[in-house]
Amino acid sequence: MNINFERVIPFIPLMLSGVLMTLQLAALAALGGSILGFAFSLLGRKGSVFRPVIKAIVDFFRGTPLLIQLTFFHLGLPQITGWVPDVMVSALIVFSLNSGAYLSEVLRAGIESIDKGQIEAAHALGVENWDITWNIVVPQALRNVLPAIMNEFITLVKETSVVSVIGVTELMRRTQMTSSVTYRYFEPYLITMILYLVLNMILSFFGKKLERALSYD
Amino acid sequence: MISLLNVSKSFGDTVVLKNVTIEFEPEKTYAIIGSSGAGKSTLLRCINLMEVPTTGSVIIDSVDLVKDRKQLNRVREKIGMVFQNFNLFAHMSALNNVTFALRKVKKMNEAEAKDVAVKYLTEVGLQHRLDNYPHQLSGGEKQRVAIARALAMKPIAMLFDEPTSALDPEMTQEVLKVIKNLNHIGMTNIIVTHEIKFAQEVADYIIFMNQAEILEVTETKTFFSAPKSERAKTFLANMI
Repeated sequence: MNINFERVIPFIPLMLSGVLMTLQLAALAALGGSILGFAFSLLGRKGSVFRPVIKAIVDFFRGTPLLIQLTFFHLGLPQITGWVPDVMVSALIVFSLNSGAYLSEVLRAGIESIDKGQIEAAHALGVENWDITWNIVVPQALRNVLPAIMNEFITLVKETSVVSVIGVTELMRRTQMTSSVTYRYFEPYLITMILYLVLNMILSFFGKKLERALSYD
Repeated sequence: MISLLNVSKSFGDTVVLKNVTIEFEPEKTYAIIGSSGAGKSTLLRCINLMEVPTTGSVIIDSVDLVKDRKQLNRVREKIGMVFQNFNLFAHMSALNNVTFALRKVKKMNEAEAKDVAVKYLTEVGLQHRLDNYPHQLSGGEKQRVAIARALAMKPIAMLFDEPTSALDPEMTQEVLKVIKNLNHIGMTNIIVTHEIKFAQEVADYIIFMNQAEILEVTETKTFFSAPKSERAKTFLANMI
């Protein structure tokens, strides 16, 4: 057995501050992804003129690996545009679009799950389309797909580790740094796994709470 | 005043309403009867344009709704509708089901809307169910909430689309009793129903439909003693 945490302990503060960056990235990407996902699902509805464009965006971001999207955007595109974005900016743009693509499909399923009769009843009462969407369709759709949305957020937290390839110094990158300085792998990666796990346990705890708050059973 | 003028409706090649013209008098109750597929529900749903007629006019308070679609929501506000499957808003309590349109359409504030809603839910006997959600209510209770929701808008007419078809016999009676007791001033009731006895009891006029057409609009008493059309005679004979 060759386990020695003592060599790694001095690096724990470094790793923990990586957690902050991971959280920041995940939170901003979740926000961006939610806004985009929402916009995509509404604009991409049947009969919308934007549908083909939205569908192409969704297909692209779901159909190609995130790692490649990120590398292509941050390192590939500057060859053409000449603009080299900040690593965080690249990461946020790619993550928002990527999770937006997934979330839009989840939300679309939620919107389609709403019983048409309720929408019809609201129309019969003379309620405007806007009020029907926001007060009848969206609250019920969100509630129906909340577990799937939480899934997407949990995936997002884990996938932020991918940005280590373009040099964002989040948790994963700092773990790699720790390993390369200490020549230890087992200990830093074990700690990092536990840190991701704790983050996601906290996230799913609040997800469950929200689910209960929104339920009317 | 509600009138349909030469209203036809087709879905693809299937004609479901053929050149229907009818005028509904205020304060009268009409029952639309006839066999399945005769076009009863479609006729009803054309009145508030839940189905848009292929040709013809739907005129409510001098507005041709087919031409003037901008007025649609203003007019729908005045026409209550009750559906076979209740169509309550699943995420709202009975109270909020009723207050929703009062707030969003009638622009009432929370307190005003609540007062009105409580009044109508009490009228249908559900004052003890205000905070219950649809899934906690029986079928009959759901339909009574739906009736209160429509009545609270103070409509000039109520459209009932087979309001008891999804209910067991006991609940059917409880809902029919509520409908029977509606005597809101100036209101026209138009009811699509398979409950012939009920139609006979509540309706002033029977609209008898067959194969996408209105065969006759006859005073209820006369209809049941001496229907004009041969088809209605067979229909009634089969009922007994």
